[in-house]
Amino acid sequence: MKALLALEDGRTFPCRSFTGPGETSGEVVFNTSMTGYQEVLTDPSYRGQMVTMTYPLIGNYGVNPEDVESERIQVEAFLVREYQDIPSNYRATGTLGEYLQKQGVMGVDEFDTRALTLHIRNTGAMRAVISTQDLDPASLIAKARSAPEMTGQDLVHKVTTAEPYFWEGRKVPLNGNAGRLDQQIWRHRGKRFAVVAFDFGIKYNILRSLAQVGCEILVVPAGTSAETVKALGPDGIFLSNGPGDPEPVTYAVQTIRNLIGYRPIFGICLGNQLLGLALGGRTFKLKFGHRGANQPVKNLRTGRVEITSQNHGFAVDTDSMAGKEIEVTHVNLNDNTFEGFRHRQYPLFAVQYHPEASPGPHDAGYLFDEFATMMKQQPSR
Amino acid sequence: MPKRNDIQKILIIGAGPIIISQACEFDYSGTQACKALKEEGYTVVLINSNPATIMTDPQMADATYIEPITPQVVAQIIEKERPDALLPTLGGQTGLNTAVEVARMGVLERFGVELIGASIESIQKAEDRERFRHAMEKIGLRIPRSGFAKDMETVRTVAEEIGFPIIVRPSFTLGGTGGGVAYNPDDLEVLAKSGLDASLISQVMLEESVLGWKEYELEVMRDRNDNVVIICSIENMDPMGIHTGDSITVAPAQTLTDREYQIMRDASIAIMREIGVDTGGSNVQFAINPQTGEMIVVEMNPRVSRSSALASKATGFPIAKIAAKLAVGYTLDEIKNDITGETQAAFEPTLDYCVVKIPRWAFEKFPETDDYLTTAMKSVGETMAIGRTFKEAFQKGVRSLEIGRHGLGADGKDKIDPLTAGKTEIEQKLTTPNSLRYFYIRDALLSGRSIAAIHEMTRIDPWFLHQINQIVELEKELRTYKGRNLTLDLLRKAKSWGFSDIQLGHLTGRDEETIRSLRKAAGILPVYKLVDTCAAEFRAATPYYYSTYESENEARVTERKKVMILGGGPNRIGQGIEFDYCCVQASFALREEGVESIMVNSNPETVSTDYDTSDKLYFEPLTREDVLHIIETEKPFGVIVQFGGQTPLNLSVPLHKVGVPILGTQPESIDRAEDRKLFQAMLQKLGLKQPANGTAVDTAEAAVIAEKIGYPVIVRPSYVLGGRAMKIVYHRAELENFTRIAIEASPGHPVLIDKFLEDALELDVDAISDGKTTIIGGIMEHIEAAGVHSGDSACVLPPINVAKEMLADITRATKAMAAELKVIGLMNVQYAIKGGQLYVLEVNPRASRTVPFVSKATGIPLAKLATKVMLGRTLQELGFSREVIPAHVSVKEAVLPFDRFPGVDTLLGPEMKSTGEVMGIGADFGAAFAKAQLGARQNLPVAGTVFISVRNEDKAAAKEVAARFRDMGFRIMATRGTSRYLDEHGIENMKINKVSIGRPHVVDAIKNREIQLIINTGTGEEPARDGYLIRRAALKYSIPYATTIAGAGAICEGIAALKNRKLSVKTLQEYHA
Repeated sequence: MKALLALEDGRTFPCRSFTGPGETSGEVVFNTSMTGYQEVLTDPSYRGQMVTMTYPLIGNYGVNPEDVESERIQVEAFLVREYQDIPSNYRATGTLGEYLQKQGVMGVDEFDTRALTLHIRNTGAMRAVISTQDLDPASLIAKARSAPEMTGQDLVHKVTTAEPYFWEGRKVPLNGNAGRLDQQIWRHRGKRFAVVAFDFGIKYNILRSLAQVGCEILVVPAGTSAETVKALGPDGIFLSNGPGDPEPVTYAVQTIRNLIGYRPIFGICLGNQLLGLALGGRTFKLKFGHRGANQPVKNLRTGRVEITSQNHGFAVDTDSMAGKEIEVTHVNLNDNTFEGFRHRQYPLFAVQYHPEASPGPHDAGYLFDEFATMMKQQPSR
Repeated sequence: MPKRNDIQKILIIGAGPIIISQACEFDYSGTQACKALKEEGYTVVLINSNPATIMTDPQMADATYIEPITPQVVAQIIEKERPDALLPTLGGQTGLNTAVEVARMGVLERFGVELIGASIESIQKAEDRERFRHAMEKIGLRIPRSGFAKDMETVRTVAEEIGFPIIVRPSFTLGGTGGGVAYNPDDLEVLAKSGLDASLISQVMLEESVLGWKEYELEVMRDRNDNVVIICSIENMDPMGIHTGDSITVAPAQTLTDREYQIMRDASIAIMREIGVDTGGSNVQFAINPQTGEMIVVEMNPRVSRSSALASKATGFPIAKIAAKLAVGYTLDEIKNDITGETQAAFEPTLDYCVVKIPRWAFEKFPETDDYLTTAMKSVGETMAIGRTFKEAFQKGVRSLEIGRHGLGADGKDKIDPLTAGKTEIEQKLTTPNSLRYFYIRDALLSGRSIAAIHEMTRIDPWFLHQINQIVELEKELRTYKGRNLTLDLLRKAKSWGFSDIQLGHLTGRDEETIRSLRKAAGILPVYKLVDTCAAEFRAATPYYYSTYESENEARVTERKKVMILGGGPNRIGQGIEFDYCCVQASFALREEGVESIMVNSNPETVSTDYDTSDKLYFEPLTREDVLHIIETEKPFGVIVQFGGQTPLNLSVPLHKVGVPILGTQPESIDRAEDRKLFQAMLQKLGLKQPANGTAVDTAEAAVIAEKIGYPVIVRPSYVLGGRAMKIVYHRAELENFTRIAIEASPGHPVLIDKFLEDALELDVDAISDGKTTIIGGIMEHIEAAGVHSGDSACVLPPINVAKEMLADITRATKAMAAELKVIGLMNVQYAIKGGQLYVLEVNPRASRTVPFVSKATGIPLAKLATKVMLGRTLQELGFSREVIPAHVSVKEAVLPFDRFPGVDTLLGPEMKSTGEVMGIGADFGAAFAKAQLGARQNLPVAGTVFISVRNEDKAAAKEVAARFRDMGFRIMATRGTSRYLDEHGIENMKINKVSIGRPHVVDAIKNREIQLIINTGTGEEPARDGYLIRRAALKYSIPYATTIAGAGAICEGIAALKNRKLSVKTLQEYHA
């Protein structure tokens, strides 16, 4: 079915919908990972965005129930060069097209996705609309311009969990004493690290990775207060990834500020930015972001290079962190941006990239161990 | 960590001659390494016996040894040069094995040479199957279960442990002969028994069968700071059971989820660490069970490989260059990514296109062997194509192969009609892997077979079959437009799925040009996209392009004066690295002249397709359609067609016709030299002679001509290279039979019939002309008599048996023809001398296969000079005013692939069969010849027994040779006729039975290692069963042999040189100082 993609700056791309009729808007970004489209689709950090994969053939291995990073598809639309309708993989249980269609997410193909990528690289990530109903360029461009801007928008509240839950390989709701968030809640105290994980749009693989290093994880809504956390008396606090601009998420920044120094804190992606803000730093929007599985990051403590999975449009301004008692521990080798830090005084550290991978390389998995070590060294009682 | 300053001088070992499984990818890697190390200020010492390589160009290294790559010679060079380090990982298996041997000899220790890139320990850990198994088990990975057995009882025990099905592989056989898959104990009994017989050491390897599993490769790099990155993943379309060199492969991997890919990535990194590859590139192969996802490690190569060359071209990441820099101490984050210019080499390239590699086989050269693919590699070259879809890349790949096809069938050249073809033919071709299997997949789909059924027969992943099915379905749709114009939407779709205009023309009943006009009118033209390592995330600094049918064109067309060089396409027999050498030289020359160079080629193994060889690189098929598109985009000042061999030469007329400016010698002259009648007229005009001849368009005409000029005659088609379908014919029946084949080989062109000058001396001459002055580049005397293709014949420069006056005649004749043909650039002439008369056999107004050899022998960069001449410079301006006749002697020897092709006779003839060449340089012929033989792995004996069995015509000459061997202390063994003749002439010899007489016979003696050298001549006429068995046995037991008396004489001189003194080593720089 014919479709049209219109960008806010007036560029249009005629394309084809492989998921039937629809119209949707969002910020267009590109991801350069050659594998892992299902993980990308279900990553809550993509909320509010339409993702184009730079690798042209997508759908090759279908979809399966295991490779998901949240309970639903998060992207606003999925843009590929050539959708592959007949998948081949022993784990595949369905096609990508059906998967998108079932969840009401548009998928389009048959257009020059490299031209789109180059356009975004040159002019920056921008708002766009895709439609099969309205094929009039002028009308669609106008719609793109009226879509909400990424900057200044709090997308976290759209993806965070409504209720706290335990992660035991899957979401386990609190039963019985829901609302009684206190130290009695932990069922493996002493055997596992009690971790409160703030859900700003958390990926399942972060939870899986935390569990793997011996954490019992209570996932809490983004708006959970510092007092509530303290009442829970955890061994450590985790700040998750999430979509969009960190600045409007002021409530979380405030909460984090109140938790600094209380217990070991580990932040990933948006968690890193929120920590940066809480420490008095600034964040800014990158021109087109880092999205892919091949971003080289240098660990300044070891001198080693990690190939990392990334997905962020905003970053912490390195200069703004000067004099904040922190040590920059990781830096992006492509553009020297801020990729991670550690506090000199308090047990807290964070990285901008995704050590949980999924999709992407496992080079940085050691960070979860470091979090565990930190909790071990800073016993909560 | 910055580069090391404790080492200054580094020795690099090249890969030697082009052989099957070791082709010009190692020239590519070695050249990159030389450049990278020199750039860093190191002194580079290089050894490579292959003169056709760019790496042996004198400016690439500081000291260039064109010497045989043997441990002894390398030791000699080390003693002379005293390098600080040896880099063994860039010269293929040859480089690696030689380095290990040199280390084992204690040479490295004695002279304090450090092995960099890989340690002996890690090389052995990767190469020794048992040690590798243990290493893999240690890190929780596994390799196929296997074991060796020397008797049937052990076979049964080992089989018990492995479980069926089991692959039985005899150890040490030629080309993987013998063996097979045993599905049950009965099969095993039969296969293992015959395997034990076939093995030279009576041993078989039994291995768990993973036939049909999916096959993957990862190209990995590690630096000394233990940073590891994956450069490229490759998925083989053909599953396990077909050598990866014989598989169609695709980059990146297509059917792995991220989870599976990351498991493979983790495993590769763990393997790098466990094997202990300190720095550099390696290649790891995996097999995956398609039903369960179970992964096993097939093997790892702790060096750059054919796949790393492919990966470099597929991604833009220069693996060999980076490997060289890592070897001298840099870490990945200290090296810039040349492609972006702003990011570092410490990253993993990401592709936004699909790359398909298709092997190029040469079964047509070896009709005695079956077109059947196994775990032993048989292809002689490969082509790579890039597209935004698999379908596009795949069809571009097929039309790049130079097999006369224009895509996946539907081009008017389909051999069978799938609807009427026998069921068994298609199914047999699907079940038994072969070089044309993908065409049979199309046939199977057209005949209504399902993807599931085809998967069942081929084990090719359904994803690929589905892609091919889409092509076939579109073909069917296109066919419905027969006689009508295609709709523009459909035309656009067909183009973006890789259909060529010829296919579209064939399907719709139009010609190529009509489709082209239709497209141009509608603006359906390709755009060019960049290979940039990063999927457009960063700006690419290097213009490396491929075409596709999309909306945005990224070609950066400059206003500079520019020249386009058409490359040679995939390597095949008759067209190899020599032509790539010429193209690369042309590119260097253009740079020197300040002209923008644009390279077009489809061969990923080459230096010409390196991203920094030319100012621009178009990785595209060399077809009229694809080349014209680039010309229309770039609008070059001129196009060079005379360097890339037959491929671009065939394009010269079609391009010229549509007004493309051809640089240098004009297509009319090429035609005049190729067209028999025009050529004859020219020779008559110049008073030159050629063997009596005629042309025929059918068999009857051929017979009449042959009768007139008298048998034997040489029959050949016009417009082919490498003596394809060329044969010496002794009688009428043979003539008729062969004429038919020749007509098929070059349809539309007449068949040429020449009187065959038996026992004539043959010469090759390379010359250069600027249109006014012609200067001889070199005159080479063939060692084998006329009748052996010049590409297969050993030759010597300068000639040793040609009188001065004759050489003057040759020079005169060459200059006269150059003037007459208005040659601007290079020209090659083949002459024969018989009875004091000079005959012109052939003139080719283009670069020949011998240009690099002549350039290395004389120190004159002929191809470079020719390029400048084509731009309008004169030879005088360029300072090349007279022929250089070196004081040293250079011998070129051909390297033949017979060990890969079971059942093929090793007799040389007019059809070229060699894959590569080596060069030997010495103070005299004997030394040069001996070195050439050593380089070609013919281990000339200095003592022992020479076996002689020759045809009657050769007996007198054989007597002389026998006497010389006797005088050098060899024993002589001969078959009855030869023995009697030698007896009569007082040469003591032992008589031995021919095979046909009874045992013990000569083959028994060969097996018992009682013979060290074989001289066996025969004619192509007789079935020569005896000769055949002797030659095959010689091949199997690696006993040097001569199939011509002239060759035997040369061997005799070589042995004399070996006996008299130690061969010395000398650099090209010293020779040409």
